[in-house]
Amino acid sequence: MTNSIINLTENKTVFGFWIYILSDCFLFGTLFATYAVLRGNTFGGPSGAELFDLSFVLVETLILLTSSFTAGLAMLAANKHYTTSKNKEVSPPYVQVVGLLGLTLLLGITFLGLELKEFTQFVAEGAGPQRSGFLSAFFTLVGTHGLHVAAGSVWLIVLMIQILRRGLTEPIMSRFMRWSLFWHFLDVVWIFIFTFVYLMGVMI
Amino acid sequence: MYVTGFFLSIILTLAAYLLVDQHVNADHAVWSHSFLMIAVVVLALLQMVVQLVCFLHLGRESRPYWNLVVFLYAFLLVAIIVIGSLWVMHHLNYNMGAISVPGAHMEARSLE
Repeated sequence: MTNSIINLTENKTVFGFWIYILSDCFLFGTLFATYAVLRGNTFGGPSGAELFDLSFVLVETLILLTSSFTAGLAMLAANKHYTTSKNKEVSPPYVQVVGLLGLTLLLGITFLGLELKEFTQFVAEGAGPQRSGFLSAFFTLVGTHGLHVAAGSVWLIVLMIQILRRGLTEPIMSRFMRWSLFWHFLDVVWIFIFTFVYLMGVMI
Repeated sequence: MYVTGFFLSIILTLAAYLLVDQHVNADHAVWSHSFLMIAVVVLALLQMVVQLVCFLHLGRESRPYWNLVVFLYAFLLVAIIVIGSLWVMHHLNYNMGAISVPGAHMEARSLE
């Protein structure tokens, strides 16, 4: 069963996508570097310690982490079905896959909702992206991550529709694998946002 | 594998969160600042490795480990970008004189 996951890992298309993911890391790297440089430039405005609600962020973190977990379970379920039978009819294992993916989507959208709530709250308090260098950097970094999550959610919806209509065919499994890499990568980036932006922001 | 990764990630996340939260609530009196910084970064790096191995299956492919090699290369480049930017900007900030009053203008001292 795990053979298929590893075979897909070594597949050229998936490898190419992995390289894309790493290039996306460069993007986030530069945004992190910018944030690090501008962290203290609050220009008389609020600092991270004054703005961030750590328990709220913890909830966001756990939601995203769980969504990564359910995505992994969905991949396992799909893989099990893919290797044991190649028929395209919707049958119980599909319910597992689509159900788990649906849960992942729900968690992802909840995460986005929470992040949007945080952003609008900051703006309402006068701490929008134009208030200071620190806030510009914050909104750009965290906002870019949020945009990635949104794009990943749209991709997930399309993928789910494809699975329901065409079943777990080889190209769809390949797409699923690529989507999965994307989604896990977003959680890895979030670890760093959680640590360097929120935890360290509150520390000083 | 996913279950292990999930639980380890939760533990590492909660550990970092609790360390900082308890420190902040006690008016920053519990740990030394540098200890906390290092602890939190170490926890983050550990969690990254956990997620890379458990969720992204990095390093578990058969030879010739291209995924891992390419990842390490990218990690190196990101480290150069981030550390390099911090280094350069720190020196630039120093040479330009630290401005602490908002709206103040200051002539740049000439750079050596």
